[in-house]
Amino acid sequence: MSLALVSLVLVMAGLAAYAVLAGADFGAGLWDLTAGGATRGGRIRGMVQRSMSPVWEANHVWLIFVLVVLWTAFPTVFGSVFSTLYVPLFLAIGGIIFRGTAFALRGHATTIGEARVLGATFALASLLVPFCLGAALGGIASGRVPVGNATGDLWSSWLNPTSLTVGVLGVVTGAHLAAVFMAADSVRAGLPDLQRAFRTRALLSGVIAGAVAIGALPVLASDAPDLFAGLDHGGGLACVVVSGLAGAATLGLVAAGRFGAARATAAGAVSAVVAGWAVAQSPYLLAGELTLDQAAAPHATLIAMLVSLGIGAIVLVPSLALLYRLVLNGTLDQEYEPLDQRFKP
Amino acid sequence: MSVVAIVDFLPIAAERVGGALGQTDQQNLLPARELQAMSFIVHIPLVCFGIALPAMFMFVEGLYLRTGNPVYKALAKRWSKVALVLFAVGVVTGTILSFEFGLLWPNFTATFGSVFGLAFALEGISFFVEAIFIAIYVYGWDSLSRGAHFLVGIPVVISGVTGSMTVIAVNGWMNDPGGFDVVGGKVVNPRPFQALFGGNVWHELVHMYLAGYLVVGFLIAGFYGRRWISGRRDLHTRTALVVGLSFAALAAPVQVIVGDWSARTVADNQPVKLASFEGLQQTTKGAPFHLGGYYSKADGGGVKAGVPIPRLLSLLAFHNPNATVKGIDTVPAADRPPVNVVRTSFLTMVSIGTALMALGLFFVAVWWRKGRLPESRWFYRALVAAGPLALLALICGWVTTEVGRQPWVVYGFFRTQQAVTDAGGLWIAFTVMFVVYAALTAATVWLLRRLPSTPARSEAPEAA
Repeated sequence: MSLALVSLVLVMAGLAAYAVLAGADFGAGLWDLTAGGATRGGRIRGMVQRSMSPVWEANHVWLIFVLVVLWTAFPTVFGSVFSTLYVPLFLAIGGIIFRGTAFALRGHATTIGEARVLGATFALASLLVPFCLGAALGGIASGRVPVGNATGDLWSSWLNPTSLTVGVLGVVTGAHLAAVFMAADSVRAGLPDLQRAFRTRALLSGVIAGAVAIGALPVLASDAPDLFAGLDHGGGLACVVVSGLAGAATLGLVAAGRFGAARATAAGAVSAVVAGWAVAQSPYLLAGELTLDQAAAPHATLIAMLVSLGIGAIVLVPSLALLYRLVLNGTLDQEYEPLDQRFKP
Repeated sequence: MSVVAIVDFLPIAAERVGGALGQTDQQNLLPARELQAMSFIVHIPLVCFGIALPAMFMFVEGLYLRTGNPVYKALAKRWSKVALVLFAVGVVTGTILSFEFGLLWPNFTATFGSVFGLAFALEGISFFVEAIFIAIYVYGWDSLSRGAHFLVGIPVVISGVTGSMTVIAVNGWMNDPGGFDVVGGKVVNPRPFQALFGGNVWHELVHMYLAGYLVVGFLIAGFYGRRWISGRRDLHTRTALVVGLSFAALAAPVQVIVGDWSARTVADNQPVKLASFEGLQQTTKGAPFHLGGYYSKADGGGVKAGVPIPRLLSLLAFHNPNATVKGIDTVPAADRPPVNVVRTSFLTMVSIGTALMALGLFFVAVWWRKGRLPESRWFYRALVAAGPLALLALICGWVTTEVGRQPWVVYGFFRTQQAVTDAGGLWIAFTVMFVVYAALTAATVWLLRRLPSTPARSEAPEAA
């Protein structure tokens, strides 16, 4: 395995972690948005607030991780992608600002009015970010980003069938992950009504996500034939099959009320999509323009980065493990409180 | 890259490196720079809180562990919640900065990413650790044992240091580049570790670090000082006031010394930037320093309407009143920074820094001799102003170093205008982001200003 390939695996692993963990946080925004009026939706929103609070910042850092590894190991790819796709990426950072700030501040709102404004901001931004990031990825995957300083098309690079499909897929898979995760959290909190509510949402969103994923295949076949050609055999096909099976298993596990196991299969389904993309596009990072080996930074840089990240991982991996262990065993759980109840005198 | 080499090639060897993404048409330079500056102005105050507040709430928690007094626990808990919110806002504004590496400066990152990128990989790790442990710290107050909880805070403090260190390492490198070779206009043979620990990192790091303590210390002292003088003289307020004030008062005099170290390093590495601090047109032996006034290019260039203090610039830059200081005209006009911006920022920073030192020393003197807080109302009025002024000084400091670096993004090698994106519509982005940042700032200040005074239910029983 070449150093360039190791670096790419890190980028894709970071992207998969972001898609699963932060994706679920964005999906929580969708359920927050659709929970209903202040009183009726208070219980759902209380769970969103409680589930996300301790983890969303760490989950978000995966995005930073992807960016910094990308610009260190594949600087030309980074510069080309960000200059061509600057419209969706600007929209995404606008959404990132509003989502994060509004969520953090909602925890300190003192009136239901403030909580409502902050909540709506948080929830709408939570839809914008995964859509825009997905659309940007769709632009890369469908070969619409040439090497150069903003040399790709300003609009069609991200407003095209592949981008729109990937954007929608980003939103619905996030919603599905969120529902699965929060169903499990509701079991831990001993709240059967929320467990049922999230179970229903998980099943519904899982079916929709599956339909979008299957529907994406003919879209790719016509809009991004080179990418599609990488998915209909070998490693690419294997990823598609794994993703499909994991998705189906998730639905089965959710239906059976086994949410802990469903967390793992849902995460696996999303990760397999990310892996399948990388395999299908191989050996290109920018389709038809730049291969992995052409794009990679010099040997010394890759060595320095991989060694540093390796040393960093000695600290980071146990830290992440500690965080998720404390979250999953309930140590960091706050007392559950429906969001609207906070403002009752 | 040795100091001598940079100085020698500067006038003759502009445009040493060509962009990896080709030439840019440069029309976006102004909006890109303004957007970048605005993003920093929003983010940097949050960095100060990330640097200083963990040490402060850990200190207060230490008091709680020693005395068992629940008032200390309530205060530490309060501050840690404020820190978490500001960390969250810092996470998103920091994300904007990382996006801007590509959205605004794609050719910079594409050309030099293999040289400086490592620092951000390290920063990413620090950021992760900080995010993980600050969450465990804030959400673990009541479920972790006292000892375990204190231990969880330590990585927050450490990762705050290492995170800012790696980012500042990149800034130090931009000002004093090294760790790569240029062959035929291309950046080759990157040596990332060498790039990151050049001569500029350490003084910039310490300077920024102390600035963080000054800003946060004085903001906290001002907030609680107002309560103290209005008669709320309880242990909670007193502890908060004394802790904030002590951190700031101790940092202020040291900052002046570190500032001197910074200025001398700039004199060695970036003589044109140093000349811009004063507006010194020609190379001068025993150069003066002007207070006030403005720089004008008329009559061969120099400071007009200022009060000259003979030989002060030579003394400041080289600790020798007769030293020769290089002038602005040692480089062609195209290689000079906008002098008045640099000069005004520098003067503002130094003036505020000096005043803050005086305020800090006054507090220390009263505390030392009388063993109590100052009683004068003027002291508390000054304290309320000190926090925002410290913030202004901090921003002026960054303007001094970053505008003073112009027209280079990688000093002497790569111009800022070569780095900028060719994508259009940046003024639209600037306008949108201005509105976004204004909303963000207003909402954060609005909600946070209440946070230390509204009794939170989870803390109230202990704090009462």
